[in-house]
Amino acid sequence: MIRKKEAKKIVFQSEKEMPMMPMSLGSMLYNKTGAWRNIRPVVDLENCIQCGICWKFCPDMSIFIENEFPYVNYDYCKGCGICAEECPVKCIAMVEEEK
Amino acid sequence: MKKPRTMKLSLPDEELVGSGNLACQGCGATLAMRYVLKALGQRTVLCIPACCWSVIDGPFPHSCLDVPVYHCAFETAASTASGVKAGLEMVGDTETTVVAWAGDGGTFDIGIQALSGAAERNDDIIYVCYDNEAYMNTGIQRSSATPFGAWTTTTPVKHFKNRPKKDIDAIMAAHRIPYIATASIAYAEDVYKKAKKAKDIQGTRFLHIYAPCPTGWKSRPEDSIRLARMVVQNSIFPLYEIENGEKYTLSIKVKDKKPIHDYLKLQGRFRHLTEDQIKFMQEEVDKNWARLLRKVESSD
Ligand SMILES: Cc1ncc(C[n+]2csc(CCOP(=O)(O)OP(=O)(O)O)c2C)c(N)n1
Ligand code: SF4
Ligand code: SF4
Ligand SMILES: [Mg+2]
Repeated sequence: MIRKKEAKKIVFQSEKEMPMMPMSLGSMLYNKTGAWRNIRPVVDLENCIQCGICWKFCPDMSIFIENEFPYVNYDYCKGCGICAEECPVKCIAMVEEEK
Repeated sequence: MKKPRTMKLSLPDEELVGSGNLACQGCGATLAMRYVLKALGQRTVLCIPACCWSVIDGPFPHSCLDVPVYHCAFETAASTASGVKAGLEMVGDTETTVVAWAGDGGTFDIGIQALSGAAERNDDIIYVCYDNEAYMNTGIQRSSATPFGAWTTTTPVKHFKNRPKKDIDAIMAAHRIPYIATASIAYAEDVYKKAKKAKDIQGTRFLHIYAPCPTGWKSRPEDSIRLARMVVQNSIFPLYEIENGEKYTLSIKVKDKKPIHDYLKLQGRFRHLTEDQIKFMQEEVDKNWARLLRKVESSD
Protein backbone atom coordinates (compact mmCIF):
# COMPACT_ATOMS: atom_id res chain seq x y z
CA MET A 1 0.00 0.00 0.00
CA ILE A 2 2.93 2.32 0.64
CA ARG A 3 3.76 2.25 -3.03
CA LYS A 4 0.26 3.57 -3.78
CA LYS A 5 1.08 6.84 -2.06
CA GLU A 6 3.78 7.70 -4.58
CA ALA A 7 2.90 10.75 -6.60
CA LYS A 8 5.00 9.83 -9.61
CA LYS A 9 3.66 8.85 -12.98
CA ILE A 10 4.78 5.34 -13.87
CA VAL A 11 6.26 5.02 -17.33
CA PHE A 12 7.58 1.73 -18.72
CA GLN A 13 10.75 1.95 -20.78
CA SER A 14 10.19 -1.45 -22.34
CA GLU A 15 7.70 -4.29 -22.38
CA LYS A 16 9.93 -6.22 -19.97
CA GLU A 17 9.19 -3.73 -17.19
CA MET A 18 5.48 -4.32 -17.46
CA PRO A 19 3.77 -6.60 -14.95
CA MET A 20 2.61 -10.00 -16.20
CA MET A 21 -0.97 -9.01 -15.53
CA PRO A 22 -2.55 -5.61 -16.11
CA MET A 23 -2.52 -4.52 -12.49
CA SER A 24 -2.24 -1.10 -10.94
CA LEU A 25 1.09 -0.12 -9.48
CA GLY A 26 0.45 3.40 -8.28
CA SER A 27 -2.13 6.00 -7.42
CA MET A 28 -3.43 8.87 -9.54
CA LEU A 29 -1.73 11.44 -7.31
CA TYR A 30 0.67 12.37 -10.14
CA ASN A 31 -2.30 13.90 -11.92
CA LYS A 32 -2.61 17.38 -10.42
CA THR A 33 -6.23 18.09 -11.26
CA GLY A 34 -5.95 21.54 -9.66
CA ALA A 35 -4.95 22.71 -13.14
CA TRP A 36 -8.54 22.14 -14.32
CA ARG A 37 -9.84 24.85 -12.02
CA ASN A 38 -11.25 28.21 -13.14
CA ILE A 39 -12.50 29.31 -9.74
CA ARG A 40 -10.96 28.49 -6.38
CA PRO A 41 -12.62 28.01 -3.00
CA VAL A 42 -11.30 30.23 -0.22
CA VAL A 43 -12.34 29.28 3.31
CA ASP A 44 -12.91 32.09 5.80
CA LEU A 45 -11.82 30.31 8.98
CA GLU A 46 -13.07 33.18 11.17
CA ASN A 47 -16.66 32.28 10.36
CA CYS A 48 -16.23 28.53 9.96
CA ILE A 49 -18.38 26.57 12.42
CA GLN A 50 -16.30 23.39 11.94
CA CYS A 51 -19.26 21.29 10.83
CA GLY A 52 -17.26 19.25 8.31
CA ILE A 53 -19.92 19.49 5.60
CA CYS A 54 -17.46 20.78 2.98
CA TRP A 55 -15.20 17.82 3.75
CA LYS A 56 -18.11 15.41 3.50
CA PHE A 57 -19.31 16.57 0.07
CA CYS A 58 -16.02 17.25 -1.74
CA PRO A 59 -16.00 14.79 -4.67
CA ASP A 60 -12.24 15.15 -5.04
CA MET A 61 -11.13 14.45 -1.50
CA SER A 62 -9.51 17.89 -1.66
CA ILE A 63 -10.55 19.21 1.73
CA PHE A 64 -8.41 18.04 4.59
CA ILE A 65 -8.82 18.68 8.28
CA GLU A 66 -5.93 20.13 10.22
CA ASN A 67 -6.08 21.47 13.77
CA GLU A 68 -9.84 20.95 13.63
CA PHE A 69 -10.30 23.27 10.64
CA PRO A 70 -10.87 22.55 6.93
CA TYR A 71 -8.21 23.42 4.39
CA VAL A 72 -8.30 23.07 0.61
CA ASN A 73 -5.67 21.04 -1.21
CA TYR A 74 -5.24 23.21 -4.29
CA ASP A 75 -3.13 20.57 -6.01
CA TYR A 76 -6.26 18.51 -6.65
CA CYS A 77 -9.32 20.76 -6.08
CA LYS A 78 -11.13 20.92 -9.44
CA GLY A 79 -13.12 24.00 -8.45
CA CYS A 80 -16.56 22.45 -8.67
CA GLY A 81 -17.96 24.79 -6.02
CA ILE A 82 -19.88 22.14 -4.09
CA CYS A 83 -18.13 23.04 -0.81
CA ALA A 84 -19.11 26.72 -1.16
CA GLU A 85 -22.67 25.82 -2.14
CA GLU A 86 -23.20 23.41 0.74
CA CYS A 87 -21.46 25.34 3.53
CA PRO A 88 -24.30 26.18 5.95
CA VAL A 89 -22.79 29.53 6.99
CA LYS A 90 -21.48 30.43 3.53
CA CYS A 91 -17.93 30.97 4.71
CA ILE A 92 -16.41 29.54 1.52
CA ALA A 93 -16.12 31.96 -1.39
CA MET A 94 -15.39 30.93 -4.96
CA VAL A 95 -12.94 33.44 -6.42
CA GLU A 96 -11.66 33.79 -9.95
CA GLU A 97 -8.41 31.92 -10.52
CA GLU A 98 -5.49 34.08 -11.64
CA LYS A 99 -3.48 32.39 -14.31
CA MET B 1 -8.46 32.07 15.21
CA LYS B 2 -11.48 31.28 17.34
CA LYS B 3 -11.84 29.09 20.38
CA PRO B 4 -10.65 25.56 19.73
CA ARG B 5 -13.50 23.18 19.07
CA THR B 6 -13.23 19.65 17.88
CA MET B 7 -14.58 18.83 14.50
CA LYS B 8 -17.09 16.02 14.51
CA LEU B 9 -17.10 14.29 11.15
CA SER B 10 -20.25 12.33 10.35
CA LEU B 11 -18.30 9.67 8.43
CA PRO B 12 -15.02 7.85 9.11
CA ASP B 13 -12.03 9.73 7.74
CA GLU B 14 -10.44 6.75 5.97
CA GLU B 15 -10.33 7.51 2.22
CA LEU B 16 -10.13 4.64 -0.25
CA VAL B 17 -10.79 6.88 -3.26
CA GLY B 18 -7.86 9.13 -4.04
CA SER B 19 -7.47 12.59 -5.52
CA GLY B 20 -6.16 13.09 -9.03
CA ASN B 21 -8.91 10.88 -10.48
CA LEU B 22 -10.42 11.61 -13.88
CA ALA B 23 -14.01 12.46 -12.88
CA CYS B 24 -15.55 15.70 -14.12
CA GLN B 25 -16.01 18.61 -11.72
CA GLY B 26 -18.88 17.93 -9.32
CA CYS B 27 -19.29 14.26 -10.32
CA GLY B 28 -21.82 12.41 -8.17
CA ALA B 29 -20.50 8.97 -9.09
CA THR B 30 -17.22 9.68 -7.32
CA LEU B 31 -19.01 10.60 -4.11
CA ALA B 32 -21.10 7.44 -4.30
CA MET B 33 -17.89 5.36 -4.45
CA ARG B 34 -16.30 7.38 -1.66
CA TYR B 35 -19.18 6.77 0.76
CA VAL B 36 -19.66 3.10 -0.12
CA LEU B 37 -15.95 2.29 0.29
CA LYS B 38 -15.87 4.10 3.62
CA ALA B 39 -18.50 1.61 4.75
CA LEU B 40 -17.08 -1.54 3.14
CA GLY B 41 -13.43 -0.95 4.02
CA GLN B 42 -10.28 -2.08 2.31
CA ARG B 43 -11.09 -5.78 2.28
CA THR B 44 -13.22 -5.32 -0.82
CA VAL B 45 -12.89 -6.31 -4.47
CA LEU B 46 -14.61 -4.19 -7.11
CA CYS B 47 -15.76 -5.52 -10.47
CA ILE B 48 -16.30 -2.53 -12.73
CA PRO B 49 -17.72 -2.90 -16.24
CA ALA B 50 -17.36 -0.22 -18.92
CA CYS B 51 -18.84 2.98 -17.45
CA CYS B 52 -17.59 6.35 -16.26
CA TRP B 53 -16.00 4.68 -13.27
CA SER B 54 -13.70 2.62 -15.48
CA VAL B 55 -12.32 5.95 -16.69
CA ILE B 56 -12.41 7.84 -13.38
CA ASP B 57 -10.18 5.16 -11.85
CA GLY B 58 -7.30 6.20 -14.13
CA PRO B 59 -5.19 4.70 -16.93
CA PHE B 60 -3.04 1.59 -16.47
CA PRO B 61 -0.87 1.17 -14.44
CA HIS B 62 -2.49 3.74 -12.15
CA SER B 63 -5.62 3.56 -10.03
CA CYS B 64 -7.18 6.13 -7.73
CA LEU B 65 -8.75 3.31 -5.71
CA ASP B 66 -7.05 1.72 -2.74
CA VAL B 67 -8.86 -1.60 -3.28
CA PRO B 68 -8.38 -4.21 -6.02
CA VAL B 69 -10.35 -3.46 -9.17
CA TYR B 70 -11.31 -5.95 -11.86
CA HIS B 71 -12.24 -4.15 -15.07
CA CYS B 72 -14.73 -6.34 -16.91
CA ALA B 73 -16.87 -6.28 -20.03
CA PHE B 74 -19.93 -4.01 -20.12
CA GLU B 75 -22.58 -6.71 -19.70
CA THR B 76 -20.75 -8.82 -17.11
CA ALA B 77 -20.59 -6.89 -13.82
CA ALA B 78 -22.72 -9.36 -11.86
CA SER B 79 -21.34 -12.53 -13.43
CA THR B 80 -17.76 -11.34 -12.91
CA ALA B 81 -18.52 -10.64 -9.26
CA SER B 82 -20.15 -14.07 -8.91
CA GLY B 83 -17.00 -15.64 -10.37
CA VAL B 84 -14.62 -13.66 -8.16
CA LYS B 85 -16.68 -14.64 -5.12
CA ALA B 86 -16.61 -18.33 -6.11
CA GLY B 87 -12.85 -18.13 -6.67
CA LEU B 88 -12.25 -16.54 -3.27
CA GLU B 89 -14.38 -19.19 -1.61
CA MET B 90 -12.32 -21.91 -3.26
CA VAL B 91 -9.16 -20.55 -1.69
CA GLY B 92 -10.91 -20.25 1.66
CA ASP B 93 -11.43 -16.48 1.74
CA THR B 94 -14.85 -15.73 3.17
CA GLU B 95 -13.95 -12.30 4.57
CA THR B 96 -13.55 -10.26 1.39
CA THR B 97 -16.61 -8.35 0.21
CA VAL B 98 -17.16 -8.73 -3.52
CA VAL B 99 -18.84 -5.77 -5.20
CA ALA B 100 -20.12 -5.31 -8.72
CA TRP B 101 -20.06 -1.57 -9.41
CA ALA B 102 -21.91 -0.50 -12.55
CA GLY B 103 -23.64 2.48 -14.10
CA ASP B 104 -27.33 2.59 -14.97
CA GLY B 105 -26.71 1.46 -18.56
CA GLY B 106 -24.67 -1.48 -17.30
CA THR B 107 -27.45 -2.37 -14.86
CA PHE B 108 -30.85 -1.48 -16.32
CA ASP B 109 -29.98 -2.41 -19.90
CA ILE B 110 -27.05 -4.51 -20.95
CA GLY B 111 -26.11 -6.08 -17.61
CA ILE B 112 -29.61 -7.02 -16.50
CA GLN B 113 -29.33 -10.63 -17.63
CA ALA B 114 -26.17 -11.26 -15.60
CA LEU B 115 -27.66 -9.39 -12.67
CA SER B 116 -30.89 -11.35 -12.80
CA GLY B 117 -28.93 -14.59 -12.95
CA ALA B 118 -26.83 -13.69 -9.92
CA ALA B 119 -29.90 -12.54 -7.99
CA GLU B 120 -31.84 -15.68 -8.85
CA ARG B 121 -28.94 -17.81 -7.55
CA ASN B 122 -28.69 -15.41 -4.60
CA ASP B 123 -24.93 -15.20 -5.11
CA ASP B 124 -23.15 -13.60 -2.19
CA ILE B 125 -22.28 -10.25 -3.78
CA ILE B 126 -23.15 -6.59 -3.37
CA TYR B 127 -24.32 -5.03 -6.61
CA VAL B 128 -24.11 -1.25 -6.66
CA CYS B 129 -25.70 0.74 -9.46
CA TYR B 130 -24.76 4.41 -9.50
CA ASP B 131 -27.50 6.01 -11.49
CA ASN B 132 -26.73 9.07 -13.59
CA GLU B 133 -29.68 8.36 -15.85
CA ALA B 134 -27.88 7.89 -19.17
CA TYR B 135 -24.82 6.40 -20.86
CA MET B 136 -22.47 9.20 -19.83
CA ASN B 137 -19.09 7.67 -20.60
CA THR B 138 -19.87 7.38 -24.31
CA GLY B 139 -21.42 10.84 -24.57
CA ILE B 140 -24.91 10.98 -23.02
CA GLN B 141 -27.09 8.42 -24.77
CA ARG B 142 -30.50 7.42 -23.46
CA SER B 143 -30.74 4.38 -21.17
CA SER B 144 -33.81 2.78 -19.67
CA ALA B 145 -32.95 4.72 -16.50
CA THR B 146 -33.33 8.03 -18.32
CA PRO B 147 -36.48 9.70 -16.97
CA PHE B 148 -39.44 10.81 -19.03
CA GLY B 149 -38.88 14.17 -20.71
CA ALA B 150 -35.10 14.19 -20.60
CA TRP B 151 -32.90 15.32 -23.45
CA THR B 152 -29.98 13.07 -24.40
CA THR B 153 -27.99 12.92 -27.64
CA THR B 154 -30.17 10.02 -28.81
CA THR B 155 -33.39 11.62 -27.56
CA PRO B 156 -33.00 15.16 -28.92
CA VAL B 157 -35.31 17.94 -27.81
CA LYS B 158 -37.86 17.32 -30.58
CA HIS B 159 -38.02 13.63 -29.73
CA PHE B 160 -37.27 13.68 -26.02
CA LYS B 161 -37.66 10.45 -24.13
CA ASN B 162 -41.37 9.69 -23.85
CA ARG B 163 -41.22 6.53 -21.77
CA PRO B 164 -40.92 6.40 -17.99
CA LYS B 165 -37.79 5.26 -16.15
CA LYS B 166 -37.63 1.50 -15.65
CA ASP B 167 -38.41 0.48 -12.06
CA ILE B 168 -35.28 -1.59 -11.46
CA ASP B 169 -35.88 -1.81 -7.71
CA ALA B 170 -39.23 -3.53 -8.28
CA ILE B 171 -37.53 -5.90 -10.73
CA MET B 172 -34.93 -6.74 -8.10
CA ALA B 173 -37.63 -7.11 -5.45
CA ALA B 174 -39.31 -9.69 -7.67
CA HIS B 175 -36.12 -11.78 -7.29
CA ARG B 176 -36.75 -11.94 -3.52
CA ILE B 177 -33.15 -11.07 -2.68
CA PRO B 178 -32.43 -10.30 0.98
CA TYR B 179 -31.64 -6.61 0.66
CA ILE B 180 -32.36 -3.75 -1.73
CA ALA B 181 -31.89 -0.08 -0.95
CA THR B 182 -32.11 3.19 -2.81
CA ALA B 183 -29.78 5.99 -1.74
CA SER B 184 -28.75 9.46 -2.82
CA ILE B 185 -25.34 11.11 -2.47
CA ALA B 186 -26.91 14.13 -0.75
CA TYR B 187 -27.66 11.84 2.19
CA ALA B 188 -24.10 10.64 2.75
CA GLU B 189 -24.74 9.09 6.16
CA ASP B 190 -27.68 7.17 4.73
CA VAL B 191 -25.53 5.80 1.87
CA TYR B 192 -22.91 4.81 4.43
CA LYS B 193 -25.44 3.16 6.73
CA LYS B 194 -27.01 1.16 3.92
CA ALA B 195 -23.66 -0.03 2.57
CA LYS B 196 -22.67 -1.08 6.10
CA LYS B 197 -25.94 -2.93 6.52
CA ALA B 198 -25.53 -4.62 3.14
CA LYS B 199 -22.03 -5.74 4.09
CA ASP B 200 -23.35 -7.82 6.98
CA ILE B 201 -26.08 -9.58 5.00
CA GLN B 202 -25.53 -12.84 3.09
CA GLY B 203 -26.80 -13.23 -0.44
CA THR B 204 -27.33 -10.77 -3.27
CA ARG B 205 -27.63 -7.21 -2.09
CA PHE B 206 -28.58 -4.39 -4.43
CA LEU B 207 -27.83 -0.71 -3.83
CA HIS B 208 -29.24 1.87 -6.21
CA ILE B 209 -27.49 5.21 -5.70
CA TYR B 210 -28.63 8.42 -7.31
CA ALA B 211 -25.53 10.19 -8.65
CA PRO B 212 -25.96 13.51 -10.51
CA CYS B 213 -23.80 14.11 -13.57
CA PRO B 214 -23.31 17.82 -14.39
CA THR B 215 -21.82 16.96 -17.79
CA GLY B 216 -24.75 14.88 -18.95
CA TRP B 217 -27.54 16.76 -17.25
CA LYS B 218 -26.27 20.19 -18.29
CA SER B 219 -26.43 21.30 -14.68
CA ARG B 220 -23.96 23.41 -12.72
CA PRO B 221 -21.31 21.30 -10.94
CA GLU B 222 -22.01 23.03 -7.62
CA ASP B 223 -25.65 21.90 -7.82
CA SER B 224 -24.89 18.18 -7.71
CA ILE B 225 -25.65 17.78 -4.00
CA ARG B 226 -28.62 20.10 -4.17
CA LEU B 227 -30.15 18.10 -7.04
CA ALA B 228 -29.54 14.84 -5.20
CA ARG B 229 -31.38 16.31 -2.20
CA MET B 230 -34.26 17.81 -4.21
CA VAL B 231 -34.92 14.55 -6.03
CA VAL B 232 -35.61 12.89 -2.68
CA GLN B 233 -37.68 15.75 -1.31
CA ASN B 234 -39.94 15.88 -4.34
CA SER B 235 -40.08 12.06 -4.23
CA ILE B 236 -38.99 11.49 -7.80
CA PHE B 237 -36.35 9.24 -6.20
CA PRO B 238 -37.59 8.21 -2.75
CA LEU B 239 -35.18 6.56 -0.34
CA TYR B 240 -36.29 3.17 0.91
CA GLU B 241 -35.22 -0.37 1.68
CA ILE B 242 -36.77 -3.67 0.59
CA GLU B 243 -36.04 -6.75 2.65
CA ASN B 244 -36.60 -10.21 1.16
CA GLY B 245 -38.45 -8.63 -1.71
CA GLU B 246 -41.48 -7.74 0.35
CA LYS B 247 -40.79 -5.62 3.41
CA TYR B 248 -40.66 -1.98 2.26
CA THR B 249 -39.35 0.66 4.68
CA LEU B 250 -39.02 4.37 3.94
CA SER B 251 -35.62 5.76 4.98
CA ILE B 252 -36.54 9.42 4.71
CA LYS B 253 -40.14 10.28 5.41
CA VAL B 254 -40.74 13.35 3.29
CA LYS B 255 -43.09 15.61 5.22
CA ASP B 256 -44.06 18.27 2.74
CA LYS B 257 -43.46 16.88 -0.71
CA LYS B 258 -42.00 19.57 -2.96
CA PRO B 259 -43.19 20.13 -6.55
CA ILE B 260 -40.79 18.84 -9.21
CA HIS B 261 -40.65 22.20 -11.00
CA ASP B 262 -37.57 23.68 -9.30
CA TYR B 263 -35.64 20.45 -9.70
CA LEU B 264 -36.29 20.37 -13.45
CA LYS B 265 -35.37 24.02 -13.91
CA LEU B 266 -31.83 23.49 -12.61
CA GLN B 267 -31.03 21.06 -15.43
CA GLY B 268 -30.49 21.84 -19.08
CA ARG B 269 -31.72 18.38 -20.08
CA PHE B 270 -35.28 19.40 -19.07
CA ARG B 271 -35.18 22.98 -20.34
CA HIS B 272 -37.41 22.32 -23.38
CA LEU B 273 -40.36 21.03 -21.36
CA THR B 274 -43.64 22.94 -21.48
CA GLU B 275 -45.79 23.57 -18.40
CA ASP B 276 -48.24 20.90 -19.60
CA GLN B 277 -45.51 18.33 -19.90
CA ILE B 278 -44.23 19.20 -16.44
CA LYS B 279 -47.77 18.83 -15.10
CA PHE B 280 -47.96 15.37 -16.65
CA MET B 281 -44.62 14.44 -15.09
CA GLN B 282 -45.82 15.68 -11.70
CA GLU B 283 -48.89 13.45 -11.94
CA GLU B 284 -46.70 10.45 -12.73
CA VAL B 285 -44.41 11.23 -9.79
CA ASP B 286 -47.46 11.50 -7.49
CA LYS B 287 -48.78 8.16 -8.75
CA ASN B 288 -45.43 6.42 -8.20
CA TRP B 289 -45.19 7.90 -4.74
CA ALA B 290 -48.71 6.72 -3.83
CA ARG B 291 -47.84 3.27 -5.15
CA LEU B 292 -44.72 3.13 -2.99
CA LEU B 293 -46.66 4.29 0.09
CA ARG B 294 -49.15 1.48 -0.46
CA LYS B 295 -46.30 -1.03 -0.55
CA VAL B 296 -44.81 0.44 2.64
CA GLU B 297 -48.19 0.34 4.42
CA SER B 298 -49.00 -3.20 3.34
CA SER B 299 -45.65 -4.48 4.67
CA ASP B 300 -46.19 -3.04 8.18
C1 LIG C 1 -20.56 -4.57 -25.25
C2 LIG C 1 -20.27 -3.12 -25.21
N1 LIG C 1 -21.11 -2.25 -25.81
C3 LIG C 1 -20.86 -0.92 -25.75
C4 LIG C 1 -19.77 -0.43 -25.10
C5 LIG C 1 -19.51 1.04 -25.08
N2 LIG C 1 -19.77 1.66 -23.78
C6 LIG C 1 -18.82 1.80 -22.86
S1 LIG C 1 -19.33 2.59 -21.47
C7 LIG C 1 -20.88 2.78 -22.13
C8 LIG C 1 -21.93 3.52 -21.37
C9 LIG C 1 -22.02 3.21 -19.92
O1 LIG C 1 -23.16 3.80 -19.37
P1 LIG C 1 -23.54 3.57 -17.88
O2 LIG C 1 -23.50 2.12 -17.56
O3 LIG C 1 -24.82 4.29 -17.58
O4 LIG C 1 -22.36 4.24 -17.07
P2 LIG C 1 -21.94 5.79 -17.10
O5 LIG C 1 -20.97 5.94 -18.19
O6 LIG C 1 -23.17 6.61 -17.30
O7 LIG C 1 -21.31 6.03 -15.78
C10 LIG C 1 -20.97 2.22 -23.41
C11 LIG C 1 -22.16 2.23 -24.26
C12 LIG C 1 -18.89 -1.36 -24.48
N3 LIG C 1 -17.82 -0.96 -23.80
N4 LIG C 1 -19.17 -2.69 -24.56
S1 SF4 D 1 -14.41 23.35 -5.09
FE1 SF4 D 1 -15.08 21.20 -5.29
S2 SF4 D 1 -13.15 20.06 -5.56
FE2 SF4 D 1 -12.60 22.06 -4.72
S3 SF4 D 1 -12.53 21.77 -2.49
FE3 SF4 D 1 -14.59 22.54 -3.00
S4 SF4 D 1 -15.84 20.68 -3.24
FE4 SF4 D 1 -13.66 20.04 -3.35
S1 SF4 E 1 -19.65 12.27 -17.33
FE1 SF4 E 1 -20.89 12.49 -15.48
S2 SF4 E 1 -20.74 10.57 -14.35
FE2 SF4 E 1 -19.11 10.63 -15.90
S3 SF4 E 1 -17.31 11.44 -14.78
FE3 SF4 E 1 -18.36 13.18 -15.72
S4 SF4 E 1 -19.80 13.94 -14.18
FE4 SF4 E 1 -19.15 11.89 -13.55
MG1 LIG F 1 -25.06 6.11 -16.63
